[in-house]
Amino acid sequence: MTNRAQALKSPQRRDFLKASAAAGGGFVLEFSFPFVARAAMGRPATEVNAWIVIHPDDRVVIRIARSEMGQGTYTALAQLVAEELDCDWAKVSAEFASPNENVRRSRVWGSMSTGGSQGVRSSQDYVRKAGAAAREMLIAAAAAQWKVSASECSADKGVITHGPTKRTLRYGQVAAQAAKLRPPGDVALRDAKDWKIAGRPLHRLDIPDKVLGKPVFATDVVLPGMLHASIAQSPVFGGKVKSVDAAEAETMRGVKKVVRTEDFVAVVADSWWRANRALGKVRIEWDVGAYGQASDATITAMLREGLADPKIAEARRTGDVSGAFSSAAKTVEAEYGSQYLAHATMEPQACTAWVKPDGFVEVWTSTQDGMASLSAAAQTAGVPLERAEVHKTMLGGGFGRRGAPQDFVRQGVAIAMAMRGTPVKMMWSREEDMQHDFYRPASLVKLRAGLDAQGKVVAFEAKIACPSILEVLMPGAARNGIDFTAVRTLSDMPYEIPNQKIDYAMRNGHVPVGFWRAPGQQNGVYRECFLDELAQAAGKDPLEFRLAMLKTGDKNRLVLEAAAKAAGWGTALPAGAGRGLAVVEGFGSYAAGVAEVSVSPEGGLKVHRYVVAIDSGYVVNPDTCAAQAESNAVYGLGALTQSCTVRDGRIEQSNFHDFRLPLIGDMPKVELVLVPTGGFWGGHGEPGILPFQAAVLNAVFALTGKRIRSLPLRKEDLRKA
Amino acid sequence: MIKLNVNGRVHEVDVEPEMPLLWVLRDHLHLSGTKYGCGISLCGACTVHLDGQPVRSCGLPAAAAAGKRIVTIEGISEHGMHRVQQAWIEHQVPQCGYCQTGMIMAAVSLLEKKPRPTDADIENAMTNLCRCGTYARVREAIHAAATIKS
Repeated sequence: MTNRAQALKSPQRRDFLKASAAAGGGFVLEFSFPFVARAAMGRPATEVNAWIVIHPDDRVVIRIARSEMGQGTYTALAQLVAEELDCDWAKVSAEFASPNENVRRSRVWGSMSTGGSQGVRSSQDYVRKAGAAAREMLIAAAAAQWKVSASECSADKGVITHGPTKRTLRYGQVAAQAAKLRPPGDVALRDAKDWKIAGRPLHRLDIPDKVLGKPVFATDVVLPGMLHASIAQSPVFGGKVKSVDAAEAETMRGVKKVVRTEDFVAVVADSWWRANRALGKVRIEWDVGAYGQASDATITAMLREGLADPKIAEARRTGDVSGAFSSAAKTVEAEYGSQYLAHATMEPQACTAWVKPDGFVEVWTSTQDGMASLSAAAQTAGVPLERAEVHKTMLGGGFGRRGAPQDFVRQGVAIAMAMRGTPVKMMWSREEDMQHDFYRPASLVKLRAGLDAQGKVVAFEAKIACPSILEVLMPGAARNGIDFTAVRTLSDMPYEIPNQKIDYAMRNGHVPVGFWRAPGQQNGVYRECFLDELAQAAGKDPLEFRLAMLKTGDKNRLVLEAAAKAAGWGTALPAGAGRGLAVVEGFGSYAAGVAEVSVSPEGGLKVHRYVVAIDSGYVVNPDTCAAQAESNAVYGLGALTQSCTVRDGRIEQSNFHDFRLPLIGDMPKVELVLVPTGGFWGGHGEPGILPFQAAVLNAVFALTGKRIRSLPLRKEDLRKA
Repeated sequence: MIKLNVNGRVHEVDVEPEMPLLWVLRDHLHLSGTKYGCGISLCGACTVHLDGQPVRSCGLPAAAAAGKRIVTIEGISEHGMHRVQQAWIEHQVPQCGYCQTGMIMAAVSLLEKKPRPTDADIENAMTNLCRCGTYARVREAIHAAATIKS
């Protein structure tokens, strides 16, 4: 028995294996989740420490606590561990750490939260130390076997060599002994310039299974005797189930049960299509509550009222703003705004839950936070955390949707409670997903700046009205009426402007809002477009105008110069093309982008090229960083024209025909310029989107003279008159 | 009972004739490589080959697929990986990966019709949606796969 198996004594995991095996041939036995923790199962592998399992044949399994939603963290974290471990990368695989074990082992894997581009940067220190500690223990075990000093031994690619005698031992040969040793108290970490595995564009560990179509997602889960569920929630947010007539649905083929709770109705059947079809035949009357009349107009009115609120909360104030305005040579004022946006992950929300006869709850889900899922599952089932397990799967997209809310886990477990003893896979229809998201907040922002006679910005004022994400997801976290996600990028500008006043009117409404790739990113769009307006008012080049306001050594300056240089700022463009730039820091990194666009006579926007320079301090995998830059460009491109509009209290869009995604032909050429300056760790999952939209809209202005201040951008906005 | 020839094997399935092929594949035959994305034949995550043509299986009734040759992602290569899958790995195309099996099915089909597709051919054939933004790499990988001997 391995250390881990002894430590585990997990009857649940064994039960699952037995149940899977008992169900017999065919698909069930073939079914396996490549990424679900199983390293030590049934094999004489050794857990050297919580992060590292080594097999006798030298295969190394690295445990990953954060989630993989496409951003590449799964591979990047494995690279960091392997770098310090000095193992053979060709023999490395990874698996997700178990949330249940995390609870029972005193949170040995720390946070599992995967958002805010935190995956690598907030765990790099302890995962690298885990790799280094394991290496020291493996070397010590070999030294003990040879009866020599560990200082005479070194390790490379999973082989330990005794320098003086050239004797060697492989990691697989000493892992069992190494695991019995006391972990070193402190370990030195390698300098990035000496990295051999980290810092390189290694192939991602998750890609082979993904191209083969192996079952890696929550929606792919198959369990013995499993049933399927489709769900309907109140079309008006906050509404409750008033009455349900399921007579017809209950007679339909394959239907096992119609589950009704206060908040939703679900049909459980022997296939998802049958469940979903029967759900359409359930007559549900909703008590829609107070918001049945809400619309874009009422929401805009709410935000506008916020802008005029005399009791608006102050997020930042420096200098003498009113004095500076009164002595300014020129004042520029503009109002910017944008609408709600869905995440629209390609994999709809899904959760498979199984409430065992003894009350233990097992969940399989696409989650950005395994521990939050565990909490939601245990709480819904009314069991302690130790009596629940979450099997983390690969996510079919995340972008913030699958972290804090955990609504899908609560629903999945509630359905499974009603079907006690039977595993049920709940999946939302696309329509349900589009209309029950936690949306990027709509916002309305009034900006005002004063310039002196030389065109220097002397006063800057922002009034921000938008719903608070924290108020929805973490009530109480917003202090003094300020939600930092609502004011960031305006309340913490890098520009040297002596007099600033940034105010926030929290106006929440009834549409649930949530973290949407780079929460608060709209402020960057507004700020950087407005900066171009100011540059124009000052008669200056947008690049020179910004550089003049950035201190020497400011990393915003560095990335701005890098992007401008790579994009050829100031060089001639072909006729019919325009160029724009923007710089925004966030999520630990600094990002500047330059976009090149053209506009068709009908008003169709085409983004040809997006050069983005990012300083993230360090770069763990330059190719996944490049992929994230590409991803952020496409996500940002979609966000320019998408919107989720509200009518009769509900979201009007329902599927990809009215919430359109960019197509392959819309993809700009994306060029990432990495300028890592070291000394800090920044993210890559979100920074690339920060300057994108502003760079594009500034390019549109440069080309057409049309200043877009309200999103979504419509064709008629750019059509030739 | 409907007889379906999937990846060279004939399955008899007891399903409603109108049940879309996607759900027969996923929930009855447990071939989960074919994905549900929209259910309205739009996003392409459910793309399979029907008698060699790419089709959106979420909108195709099972009865309409009877007697035809159905190939899914699990069946495009009997030995090892298809050259498109190889190119997909070489160019590190997938991010989240959810839409990728549909993308690969569309790409395989495109290359069967046009061994050396132009960018315009790719844009016409690849109507699949990807939320992660893998499009540039999809394009590169298709061009690369065109040069790999099958």
